[in-house]
Amino acid sequence: MSWIDKILPSIANGTREAKKSGVPEGVWKKCPRCDAMLYEKSLSDNADVCPKCDHHLRITARRRLDLFLDAGSQQELFADLAPVDLLKFKDLKRYKDRLSAAQKSTGEKDALIAVSGNLKGQPLIAVAFEFNFIGGSMGAVVGEKFVQAVNTCIEKRLPLVCFSTSGGARMQEALISLMQMAKTAAALEKLKAEGLPYISILVDPVYGGVSASLAMLGDINIAEPNALVGFTGPDVIRQTVRVKLPEGFQRSEFLLEHGAIDMIVPRGQLPEKVASLLDKLMHSERPTAVVSETVDAGDTAQSDQSDQPEQEA
Amino acid sequence: MDPNYLDFEQPIAELEAKISELRLVGSDIDLNIGEEIQNLRNKSTKLTEKIYSNLSSWQISQVARHPQRPYTLDYIDHIFTDFDELHGDRLFADDQALIGGLAKIDGRPCVVIGHQKGRGTKAKVRHNFGMPRPEGYRKARRLVELGERYKLPVLSFIDTPGAYPGIDAEERGINEAIAVNMAIMSRVKTPLIATVTGEANSGGAIAIGVSDQLNMLQYSTYTVITPEGCATILWKSSEYASAAAEAMGVTSKRLEELGIVDNTIAEPLGGAHRDVAATAANIKASLIEQLDRLTATDSDALIERRYKRLMSYGLSA
Repeated sequence: MSWIDKILPSIANGTREAKKSGVPEGVWKKCPRCDAMLYEKSLSDNADVCPKCDHHLRITARRRLDLFLDAGSQQELFADLAPVDLLKFKDLKRYKDRLSAAQKSTGEKDALIAVSGNLKGQPLIAVAFEFNFIGGSMGAVVGEKFVQAVNTCIEKRLPLVCFSTSGGARMQEALISLMQMAKTAAALEKLKAEGLPYISILVDPVYGGVSASLAMLGDINIAEPNALVGFTGPDVIRQTVRVKLPEGFQRSEFLLEHGAIDMIVPRGQLPEKVASLLDKLMHSERPTAVVSETVDAGDTAQSDQSDQPEQEA
Repeated sequence: MDPNYLDFEQPIAELEAKISELRLVGSDIDLNIGEEIQNLRNKSTKLTEKIYSNLSSWQISQVARHPQRPYTLDYIDHIFTDFDELHGDRLFADDQALIGGLAKIDGRPCVVIGHQKGRGTKAKVRHNFGMPRPEGYRKARRLVELGERYKLPVLSFIDTPGAYPGIDAEERGINEAIAVNMAIMSRVKTPLIATVTGEANSGGAIAIGVSDQLNMLQYSTYTVITPEGCATILWKSSEYASAAAEAMGVTSKRLEELGIVDNTIAEPLGGAHRDVAATAANIKASLIEQLDRLTATDSDALIERRYKRLMSYGLSA
């Protein structure tokens, strides 16, 4: 059982149940919420949202980016960043071994994927958390990759979209992981000063240090339906205050009602909605000839555009 | 067991109890026991020196939470003059878990903010055991921005079990309050000095911890999660808190090695609570030296350096 299941047993149950259900993989899948038997093809055609009960199933970071961005437009960024066990941390297992196991099972180096790509023809930078990588926890690599994504946005005058799904700071990197909260928040403040949009999309679940830093700092905060988002997990709150938690506590609808997010958008509608928002927010970046040239070269956003005028620092 | 002494200090407590007993006896009977008392006192000092020369991370965590440990208001009394407490976030409430105001240090005006735990049941409840709600962080933010506007350095004192894990805190966006504070403190054009005085746990601590200079008291701790919390999750039992404290490296010594903490401020033998005035004097001396240096720095250079420092966190060097 991973540490995230321990913190968030109630929400992690879904995934575990699914694994235990004994359904042969590749053909049918059982919806973890309504138990409907779903044909995998029809599920994946529906953006991995249950057609019966609208439950948004957990999906990988790569799948999410594929669903969101224009087909064939992605180019991965900063793929070489890999974690280092600076503290030589060991609990019941070595952190080093946890990292290797997570790397093996997910095929990722760490819990954040960054890409440049197009959304409805418009270039942007997108990052997505991989929840299966140690609960999507934020350590030094996640923080650094996020900051480099912000820096690329500033350099190329592009907006940033982030899909957060994370249990919080990565305990095995101790205070270094806590510092990533300040590091990412500071970088976003720079992006803001540059007048470039940051859209934060909250995906079930978002807690702890990620929730209390980059995930809540969007110019626009969007949540998928029924996502759990908060600072402290529901079990810890229940144990501390010893009262029954209100119905729907920390769900997207609760966040909307309490003013924490701008809107709830179903997964399948995210590309259209975010494109529409960015179209308005990015209007001042588009009119002049020089800028529009830069934008047209969006599919090579990663390449060196040394012939372009330098941006003011 | 003497509640004023921690588990590992019980041998000291026994000696001190003996000294008190002898003193009582000494006042009753006409006996010269002064020498004996002096011997015991020397023995007690030696024992304290011995115990404190080799504290584990977990023992330091306990000293950091000692029930007699001085809190922010104690330090304000000793370090500052003309303290005017300022209240409220202007949005919802005044949170007494995070207090602040205007003050003078060495004759120089400044902004002070800090967690306040409270001593005695009534005060503990009033200060919510030093666990701020969103209003506390939003008040802190208001005071930081006040400091920037009036060119006042901001001195923060960190000592919290964590942000309040309650329903109301979540309803009013504790995560957003913490996130925004860090973002704003990364760019305010005034010197920021943070000092960890007790236990600095998690987001509730770093929310007032972004700074140009980070100090830690000798027996304070700074960590991403409490040792008990970490042990419960990773070791499956809070009984492994000691192992968790060791593994996370929660002490100033370890964090200086990692380049996160700049300076350790010495505490008196046996911890800050044994001599609050001496501890406060040590803090004050450090703060004045740092203020001299930071206020002499051009504000653009100051925030550029602060930003670079934030960006350097986690880069293996």
